[in-house]
Amino acid sequence: MAMLEVTELGISFGGLRAVDELSMKIEEGGLVGLIGPNGAGKTTVFNMLTGVYRPTDGGIRLDGENLIGKKPHEICQMGVARTFQNIRLFPKLTVLDNVKAGLHNKITYTLAESLFHLGSYRKKETQMNEKALDILKVFDLDGMADYKAANLPYGKQRKLEIARALATEPKLLLLDEPAAGMNPNETAELMETIQLVRSKFGVTILLIEHDMKLVSGICEYLYVLNFGRELAEGTPAEVLSNPEVVTAYLGE
Amino acid sequence: MTFLSYLISGISLGSVYAIIALGYTMVYGIAKMLNFAHGDVIMIGAYMSFCGTSYMGWSPLMSVVLAIVVCTVLGVTIERLAYKPLRMAPSLAVLITAIGVSYFLQNAALLIWTSNPKSFTSVVGGGAVKLFDGQLSISHVTLVTVLACVVIMVALTLFTTKTKMGTAMRAVSEDKGAAQLMGINVNTTISVTFAIGSGLAAIAGVLLCSAYPTLMPTTGSMPGIKAFTAAVFGGIGSIPGAMLGGILLGVIEIFSKAYISTQLSDAIVFAMLIVVLLVKPDGLLGKHRNEKV
Amino acid sequence: MKKLKNLSPSTRDNVICYGLAAVFFIVVQAMIAGGLINNSLKGQLVPICAYIIMAVSLNLTVGVLGELSLGHAGFMSVGAFAGIVVTSSLADVIPSAPLRLAIAMLVAAVCAAVAGVIVGVPVLRLKGDYLAIVTLAFGEIIKNIVNVLYIGRDASGLHFSLLEQGFELGEGGKMIINGPMGVSGIQKISTFTSGIVLVVITLFLVLNLINSRAGRAIMAVRDNKIAAESIGISTTRYKLLAFVVSAALAGMAGTLYAMNYSTVVASKFDFNTSILVLVFVVLGGLGNIWGSMIGAAVLTVLPELLRPVRDYRMLLYAILLIAMMLFNNSGIKQRMLDKRGMKQMEKLEKSEKGGA
Repeated sequence: MAMLEVTELGISFGGLRAVDELSMKIEEGGLVGLIGPNGAGKTTVFNMLTGVYRPTDGGIRLDGENLIGKKPHEICQMGVARTFQNIRLFPKLTVLDNVKAGLHNKITYTLAESLFHLGSYRKKETQMNEKALDILKVFDLDGMADYKAANLPYGKQRKLEIARALATEPKLLLLDEPAAGMNPNETAELMETIQLVRSKFGVTILLIEHDMKLVSGICEYLYVLNFGRELAEGTPAEVLSNPEVVTAYLGE
Repeated sequence: MTFLSYLISGISLGSVYAIIALGYTMVYGIAKMLNFAHGDVIMIGAYMSFCGTSYMGWSPLMSVVLAIVVCTVLGVTIERLAYKPLRMAPSLAVLITAIGVSYFLQNAALLIWTSNPKSFTSVVGGGAVKLFDGQLSISHVTLVTVLACVVIMVALTLFTTKTKMGTAMRAVSEDKGAAQLMGINVNTTISVTFAIGSGLAAIAGVLLCSAYPTLMPTTGSMPGIKAFTAAVFGGIGSIPGAMLGGILLGVIEIFSKAYISTQLSDAIVFAMLIVVLLVKPDGLLGKHRNEKV
Repeated sequence: MKKLKNLSPSTRDNVICYGLAAVFFIVVQAMIAGGLINNSLKGQLVPICAYIIMAVSLNLTVGVLGELSLGHAGFMSVGAFAGIVVTSSLADVIPSAPLRLAIAMLVAAVCAAVAGVIVGVPVLRLKGDYLAIVTLAFGEIIKNIVNVLYIGRDASGLHFSLLEQGFELGEGGKMIINGPMGVSGIQKISTFTSGIVLVVITLFLVLNLINSRAGRAIMAVRDNKIAAESIGISTTRYKLLAFVVSAALAGMAGTLYAMNYSTVVASKFDFNTSILVLVFVVLGGLGNIWGSMIGAAVLTVLPELLRPVRDYRMLLYAILLIAMMLFNNSGIKQRMLDKRGMKQMEKLEKSEKGGA
């Protein structure tokens, strides 16, 4: 059984059919790309997978469990984490606290312990700090742990967002245009980081991307979306040689 | 018949709320600020008209003109001195400044006119129209208030949709930055909005005190808050919404006073607002805006 | 001073907050001992403590959670009248005034927390200015209801009614809350010491909360709601938590405040009081707890200090308020700081040149 199973997923906003009859299967440990021209409905798919939007039809199953109708925070607790196209960090919190917020459901203590700093408060906070620093180290951000997230340069903000998502220990990680706004060097570095993340954290990754070099360089399988419908799927080589895909991207 | 007469006084009070709410809604739509001093501009307007008729012996019409002129100038001045320097500041800072302005106006009025209530002479005269063999009487104040409200709403709608300045206003309220890039002078537009809002406040003050003739430095506060509630009720930023919200609020207030309890009428009005916002979070006629993810 | 700078920001804030409370207590005690404090200022000591608690607790909603509340005085009102009923009922049972006050405050906190849940559940579904106007509405509703509340006590227990006194009291019975007339003949059992103790308890709870898992979740919701949900934080839960804790603390402040006067009426806790506390919070800095303490203390004393100019004092207060907001936010301050920074740079350059 596939880890993520999307069947005939569709959503309408008023009269607009943003996504229609989309089916996808992602195996555990996979690194899959979701590509398509601007406005094809890629981010909408992410929003349905994470419960931000409720689909009008179709089904989403993660390891056999239904995700439809679940709230975003419940879906995260079931093992789906994401990043955003327009970075959404907690700008007034420190880099460390951004990741510690991601550990919210992984290292827990009670409200009474929060209010009175009793019991396991100290022990758990120390654990959180260590764990968060470990994750930050992977992204080479541990030296900036005390910076306010808002003060990080753009590329590092993107990395911090991935770090925060990983802190929730997801089975499935959704990356929404991780390379947006990066120069070729930064993109190359990001490709390495993504592969490192997959091996180190053992997550399955689905990513939206425009950068064809990145997509064909690291993805094993691609889904192409156009006007909300699936246009093609297959290995990068198959998809990129598909004349329909080329037309959709470059026009007639 | 009593029901009908309650309904009419409700609509009359509601019309006053609606005129104040129009000012609130326009300022909110353009400057995105809650102008808590708006209620006190109403009070200043009423005092001006009072001074005109009682101290200088002017005709009611002249005194109303005086009130409008003073309030318009006052509104623009307040905006220039207190709000304009804060255009880039967080909205809470502007809110607190508006509260400061409200304290200032109230205490200035307290120094000038003392806390003793002044009895306001209606600018309309005391007559009434009698209907159904005198069973239903509608005072001239009521008629003028409702009429003024309708005229103002129609005029404002025409102004915002048909004139160049009105289009500029709508553009600024949608997107200040883009409007500026299109060559619209944002500062002038905001000043004009404050001028119109404050002029309306003067009219509202005169009409309010013509119907309820006790005038004190705090006269404007509660109607101000209620009108603000009315603006939110109808969907803040929407001109027909402010009108609808104002009239509904006035009717609900008078009915709850008449049939439920005088002391709890405010609680009932506010409870209605909460119910409406829970069902329609953007007010009755407000535009819904979703955050893009 | 240097040591203070080396501490982590959160520890530094804690030290400043508790330090301020301690300094305030010691200075006031010294002034009382030295006879340096006049009666009108002495009467302000408990209200100052109550307003500090109000400001710190409102900062939890406005600064830490990031939602504007214009009805905080409503919770103060619930706490004040709940506290009055408790102390008056226990007057014969518990002779110790501090213990009675403590119990009253606990009950007040619970009542205000319940009110916080009732208000918070619907309110926190709304956003921004809509949320603000609904908190204002709830504040006014609470005021209106307390204004028509009649509570009396006799041998058979407590009697409640709304709108009019709908009960007859038995022999030896006594009205506690008398509708719009409010409460009179309150035993003034709040003291400055009890006020300071409550301030410290408030600081302890609020600062602990901020530096904890729950506090981080609350601030995450403030900074970005959608991102907070995406990492598994229930926004409804943590919004409500912050709101209810804030309400409970305001309830305790209400009891403290009410027990300092012999008469209390519902209209004292109106929209203007909510706004007053909001002004403390904004001037002290959003999310800055010690700023709220200073804001509340200074602005409560300010009208007293302006007493010599009598008639003009509230006018001056208004002008000062506007001036402070303009100074803090319009860039004047930034320009002045820049200028000072430039001068320092110039000096530095000159001295370097001189030395070379």
